[in-house]
Amino acid sequence: MPDLPKKKVGLIACSGEELAEGTVTRRAVRKVLETLRPEDTVTLCLPLFLAGGEGERAFARHYPTIAIDGCAKRCAALATEKYSAKPAATIVVSQLRKEMDFEDIGTARRLNEAGKRLADSVAELIAAETDRLLKRPRGKTHGGVRSYS
Amino acid sequence: MMRKIAVVPCSGIGKSLGAAAREAAYVLAEDLRPDRTKIVALGLLVLGDEETRRAVAGGAAIAIDGCKLECAAKGLESAGTGKVKKIAVFDVIRRHRGLKPKGVTDLNEDGLRLARAAAEEGAQIVDELAGEEEDA
Repeated sequence: MPDLPKKKVGLIACSGEELAEGTVTRRAVRKVLETLRPEDTVTLCLPLFLAGGEGERAFARHYPTIAIDGCAKRCAALATEKYSAKPAATIVVSQLRKEMDFEDIGTARRLNEAGKRLADSVAELIAAETDRLLKRPRGKTHGGVRSYS
Repeated sequence: MMRKIAVVPCSGIGKSLGAAAREAAYVLAEDLRPDRTKIVALGLLVLGDEETRRAVAGGAAIAIDGCKLECAAKGLESAGTGKVKKIAVFDVIRRHRGLKPKGVTDLNEDGLRLARAAAEEGAQIVDELAGEEEDA
Protein backbone atom coordinates (compact mmCIF):
# COMPACT_ATOMS: atom_id res chain seq x y z
CA MET A 1 0.00 0.00 0.00
CA PRO A 2 1.44 3.45 -0.89
CA ASP A 3 2.50 5.76 1.90
CA LEU A 4 -0.16 8.44 1.54
CA PRO A 5 0.35 11.87 3.12
CA LYS A 6 -1.50 12.23 6.42
CA LYS A 7 -4.69 14.20 6.16
CA LYS A 8 -4.46 17.43 8.11
CA VAL A 9 -6.64 20.44 8.66
CA GLY A 10 -5.34 23.89 7.67
CA LEU A 11 -6.03 26.72 10.11
CA ILE A 12 -6.19 30.24 8.72
CA ALA A 13 -6.31 33.02 11.32
CA CYS A 14 -7.19 36.52 10.21
CA SER A 15 -4.55 37.78 12.65
CA GLY A 16 -6.19 41.26 12.60
CA GLU A 17 -3.48 43.29 14.30
CA GLU A 18 -5.66 46.27 15.19
CA LEU A 19 -8.38 44.34 17.06
CA ALA A 20 -8.30 42.35 20.29
CA GLU A 21 -10.37 39.70 18.51
CA GLY A 22 -7.55 39.35 15.97
CA THR A 23 -5.19 38.53 18.82
CA VAL A 24 -7.72 35.98 20.07
CA THR A 25 -7.57 34.24 16.66
CA ARG A 26 -3.78 34.00 16.82
CA ARG A 27 -3.68 32.79 20.40
CA ALA A 28 -6.40 30.19 19.77
CA VAL A 29 -4.72 28.82 16.64
CA ARG A 30 -1.36 28.56 18.38
CA LYS A 31 -2.94 26.62 21.23
CA VAL A 32 -4.45 24.12 18.79
CA LEU A 33 -1.16 23.78 16.90
CA GLU A 34 1.00 23.44 20.00
CA THR A 35 -1.21 21.64 22.49
CA LEU A 36 -4.65 20.46 21.43
CA ARG A 37 -4.16 18.94 17.95
CA PRO A 38 -0.46 19.25 16.99
CA GLU A 39 -0.50 16.13 14.81
CA ASP A 40 -3.65 17.04 12.93
CA THR A 41 -3.29 20.72 12.07
CA VAL A 42 -1.06 23.14 10.20
CA THR A 43 -1.31 26.91 9.95
CA LEU A 44 -1.60 28.77 6.66
CA CYS A 45 -0.29 32.34 6.62
CA LEU A 46 -3.08 34.62 5.38
CA PRO A 47 -0.96 37.36 3.75
CA LEU A 48 1.21 34.76 2.04
CA PHE A 49 -1.95 33.07 0.88
CA LEU A 50 -3.20 36.36 -0.53
CA ALA A 51 0.17 37.24 -2.04
CA GLY A 52 0.01 34.11 -4.17
CA GLY A 53 1.82 31.56 -2.03
CA GLU A 54 1.19 28.51 -4.21
CA GLY A 55 1.97 26.05 -1.41
CA GLU A 56 -0.66 27.63 0.82
CA ARG A 57 -3.25 27.80 -1.94
CA ALA A 58 -2.66 24.23 -3.09
CA PHE A 59 -3.02 22.94 0.47
CA ALA A 60 -6.35 24.71 0.86
CA ARG A 61 -7.58 23.28 -2.45
CA HIS A 62 -6.91 19.70 -1.42
CA TYR A 63 -7.29 19.64 2.37
CA PRO A 64 -10.06 20.91 4.64
CA THR A 65 -9.53 24.31 6.21
CA ILE A 66 -10.97 26.24 9.13
CA ALA A 67 -11.03 30.03 8.81
CA ILE A 68 -10.85 31.87 12.13
CA ASP A 69 -11.84 35.51 11.77
CA GLY A 70 -11.80 38.26 14.35
CA CYS A 71 -14.61 40.36 12.92
CA ALA A 72 -17.52 40.32 10.50
CA LYS A 73 -15.31 41.39 7.59
CA ARG A 74 -14.24 37.72 7.53
CA CYS A 75 -10.96 38.26 5.66
CA ALA A 76 -9.68 34.73 6.28
CA ALA A 77 -12.86 33.00 5.11
CA LEU A 78 -13.33 35.22 2.05
CA ALA A 79 -9.69 34.92 0.99
CA THR A 80 -9.71 31.16 1.33
CA GLU A 81 -12.86 30.85 -0.75
CA LYS A 82 -11.63 33.32 -3.35
CA TYR A 83 -8.23 31.76 -3.94
CA SER A 84 -8.70 28.08 -3.11
CA ALA A 85 -11.90 26.52 -1.88
CA LYS A 86 -14.67 27.27 0.55
CA PRO A 87 -13.45 26.64 4.11
CA ALA A 88 -14.92 23.52 5.68
CA ALA A 89 -15.73 25.54 8.80
CA THR A 90 -15.63 29.19 9.77
CA ILE A 91 -15.50 30.87 13.16
CA VAL A 92 -16.10 34.58 13.81
CA VAL A 93 -14.70 35.57 17.19
CA SER A 94 -16.68 38.83 17.54
CA GLN A 95 -19.89 36.81 17.17
CA LEU A 96 -18.77 34.22 19.73
CA ARG A 97 -17.71 36.96 22.09
CA LYS A 98 -21.24 38.37 22.07
CA GLU A 99 -22.88 34.96 22.47
CA MET A 100 -20.62 34.09 25.38
CA ASP A 101 -21.05 37.49 27.07
CA PHE A 102 -17.40 38.47 27.15
CA GLU A 103 -17.23 42.25 27.59
CA ASP A 104 -13.72 43.58 28.19
CA ILE A 105 -11.17 41.20 26.67
CA GLY A 106 -8.16 43.52 26.78
CA THR A 107 -6.36 45.06 23.84
CA ALA A 108 -4.88 43.83 20.58
CA ARG A 109 -1.47 44.05 22.23
CA ARG A 110 -2.36 42.35 25.50
CA LEU A 111 -5.41 40.25 26.15
CA ASN A 112 -6.64 40.29 29.72
CA GLU A 113 -7.65 37.11 31.58
CA ALA A 114 -11.12 37.16 30.00
CA GLY A 115 -9.57 37.52 26.55
CA LYS A 116 -7.33 34.53 27.24
CA ARG A 117 -10.35 32.50 28.37
CA LEU A 118 -12.16 33.45 25.17
CA ALA A 119 -9.11 32.31 23.17
CA ASP A 120 -9.16 29.00 25.06
CA SER A 121 -12.82 28.53 24.16
CA VAL A 122 -12.14 29.32 20.51
CA ALA A 123 -9.24 26.83 20.57
CA GLU A 124 -11.55 24.13 21.92
CA LEU A 125 -14.02 24.88 19.18
CA ILE A 126 -11.30 24.63 16.53
CA ALA A 127 -10.17 21.31 17.99
CA ALA A 128 -13.75 19.98 17.90
CA GLU A 129 -14.15 21.09 14.29
CA THR A 130 -10.84 19.43 13.45
CA ASP A 131 -12.10 16.16 14.92
CA ARG A 132 -15.33 16.47 12.97
CA LEU A 133 -13.49 17.09 9.70
CA LEU A 134 -11.12 14.19 10.30
CA LYS A 135 -14.05 12.04 11.42
CA ARG A 136 -12.57 11.43 14.84
CA PRO A 137 -14.43 11.05 18.12
CA ARG A 138 -15.47 14.50 19.20
CA GLY A 139 -13.10 16.17 21.66
CA LYS A 140 -13.95 18.20 24.70
CA THR A 141 -15.63 21.49 23.85
CA HIS A 142 -16.80 24.48 25.78
CA GLY A 143 -20.47 24.30 26.64
CA GLY A 144 -22.60 26.46 24.39
CA VAL A 145 -19.92 26.99 21.78
CA ARG A 146 -20.95 26.09 18.27
CA SER A 147 -19.49 26.25 14.84
CA TYR A 148 -20.43 28.80 12.22
CA SER A 149 -20.02 26.82 9.07
CA MET B 1 -0.94 68.33 11.01
CA MET B 2 0.92 65.31 9.70
CA ARG B 3 -1.23 62.45 8.45
CA LYS B 4 -0.72 59.40 10.64
CA ILE B 5 1.76 56.93 9.24
CA ALA B 6 0.40 53.44 8.76
CA VAL B 7 2.42 50.73 10.50
CA VAL B 8 1.84 47.30 9.01
CA PRO B 9 3.40 44.32 10.74
CA CYS B 10 3.83 40.75 9.57
CA SER B 11 0.74 38.61 10.23
CA GLY B 12 2.62 35.35 10.52
CA ILE B 13 1.92 33.11 13.47
CA GLY B 14 4.49 30.43 12.81
CA LYS B 15 7.74 32.04 13.91
CA SER B 16 9.14 34.19 16.72
CA LEU B 17 10.42 36.84 14.32
CA GLY B 18 6.89 37.39 13.03
CA ALA B 19 5.68 37.80 16.60
CA ALA B 20 8.55 40.23 17.25
CA ALA B 21 7.54 42.23 14.17
CA ARG B 22 3.99 42.52 15.50
CA GLU B 23 5.15 43.47 18.99
CA ALA B 24 7.45 46.09 17.44
CA ALA B 25 4.43 47.63 15.72
CA TYR B 26 2.61 47.89 19.05
CA VAL B 27 5.63 49.42 20.78
CA LEU B 28 5.99 51.97 17.99
CA ALA B 29 2.30 52.89 17.66
CA GLU B 30 1.38 52.77 21.35
CA ASP B 31 4.54 53.71 23.27
CA LEU B 32 7.04 55.54 21.08
CA ARG B 33 5.06 57.53 18.49
CA PRO B 34 1.35 57.21 19.35
CA ASP B 35 0.44 60.61 17.88
CA ARG B 36 2.03 59.98 14.53
CA THR B 37 1.38 56.34 13.74
CA LYS B 38 -1.45 53.85 13.58
CA ILE B 39 -1.53 50.10 13.08
CA VAL B 40 -3.15 48.80 9.92
CA ALA B 41 -4.04 45.11 9.58
CA LEU B 42 -2.23 43.39 6.74
CA GLY B 43 -5.10 40.98 6.03
CA LEU B 44 -7.54 43.83 5.43
CA LEU B 45 -5.04 45.65 3.27
CA VAL B 46 -4.23 42.78 0.95
CA LEU B 47 -7.84 41.68 0.71
CA GLY B 48 -8.60 45.14 -0.68
CA ASP B 49 -10.75 46.60 2.11
CA GLU B 50 -11.62 50.07 0.80
CA GLU B 51 -11.30 51.94 4.10
CA THR B 52 -7.91 50.36 4.78
CA ARG B 53 -6.63 51.09 1.29
CA ARG B 54 -7.68 54.72 1.61
CA ALA B 55 -5.71 54.93 4.86
CA VAL B 56 -2.46 54.12 3.07
CA ALA B 57 -3.05 55.39 -0.49
CA GLY B 58 -0.51 57.98 -1.49
CA GLY B 59 0.88 58.35 2.03
CA ALA B 60 3.89 57.02 3.88
CA ALA B 61 3.87 53.71 5.69
CA ILE B 62 6.20 51.45 7.60
CA ALA B 63 6.28 47.72 6.94
CA ILE B 64 7.70 45.55 9.70
CA ASP B 65 8.41 42.10 8.32
CA GLY B 66 9.46 38.94 10.08
CA CYS B 67 10.85 36.97 7.15
CA LYS B 68 12.36 37.46 3.72
CA LEU B 69 9.03 37.00 1.95
CA GLU B 70 8.28 40.57 3.14
CA CYS B 71 4.49 40.21 2.92
CA ALA B 72 3.87 43.50 4.73
CA ALA B 73 6.09 45.53 2.40
CA LYS B 74 4.65 43.84 -0.69
CA GLY B 75 1.12 44.33 0.57
CA LEU B 76 1.73 48.05 1.06
CA GLU B 77 3.37 48.44 -2.34
CA SER B 78 0.50 46.71 -4.12
CA ALA B 79 -2.02 48.91 -2.28
CA GLY B 80 -0.63 52.08 -3.84
CA THR B 81 1.18 53.40 -0.79
CA GLY B 82 3.18 56.51 -1.67
CA LYS B 83 6.31 55.70 0.28
CA VAL B 84 7.05 52.34 1.91
CA LYS B 85 9.77 52.26 4.55
CA LYS B 86 10.89 48.77 5.47
CA ILE B 87 12.05 47.30 8.74
CA ALA B 88 13.20 43.70 8.47
CA VAL B 89 13.32 42.05 11.86
CA PHE B 90 15.65 39.40 10.43
CA ASP B 91 18.14 42.22 9.74
CA VAL B 92 17.54 43.99 13.05
CA ILE B 93 18.55 40.84 14.91
CA ARG B 94 21.91 40.86 13.09
CA ARG B 95 22.57 44.29 14.59
CA HIS B 96 21.76 42.96 18.06
CA ARG B 97 23.79 39.82 18.27
CA GLY B 98 23.19 37.56 21.22
CA LEU B 99 19.41 37.94 21.22
CA LYS B 100 17.60 34.61 21.06
CA PRO B 101 13.91 35.31 20.57
CA LYS B 102 11.56 32.46 21.38
CA GLY B 103 7.82 31.98 21.56
CA VAL B 104 4.99 33.16 19.35
CA THR B 105 1.97 33.59 21.60
CA ASP B 106 4.18 34.99 24.34
CA LEU B 107 7.60 36.25 23.32
CA ASN B 108 10.48 35.69 25.72
CA GLU B 109 12.57 38.60 27.07
CA ASP B 110 14.95 38.53 24.10
CA GLY B 111 11.98 38.62 21.75
CA LEU B 112 10.65 41.70 23.51
CA ARG B 113 14.11 43.33 23.37
CA LEU B 114 14.29 42.62 19.65
CA ALA B 115 10.82 44.13 19.18
CA ARG B 116 11.90 47.24 21.09
CA ALA B 117 15.01 47.58 18.91
CA ALA B 118 12.93 47.28 15.73
CA ALA B 119 10.41 49.80 17.09
CA GLU B 120 13.19 52.28 17.83
CA GLU B 121 14.31 52.01 14.21
CA GLY B 122 10.69 52.69 13.30
CA ALA B 123 10.60 55.78 15.51
CA GLN B 124 13.66 57.11 13.73
CA ILE B 125 11.93 56.62 10.39
CA VAL B 126 8.85 58.46 11.68
CA ASP B 127 11.01 61.40 12.76
CA GLU B 128 12.75 61.51 9.39
CA LEU B 129 9.44 61.49 7.57
CA ALA B 130 8.20 64.32 9.79
CA GLY B 131 11.37 66.28 9.00
CA GLU B 132 10.86 65.76 5.28
CA GLU B 133 7.30 67.02 5.58
CA GLU B 134 8.41 70.14 7.39
CA ASP B 135 11.08 70.82 4.76
CA ALA B 136 8.59 70.41 1.91
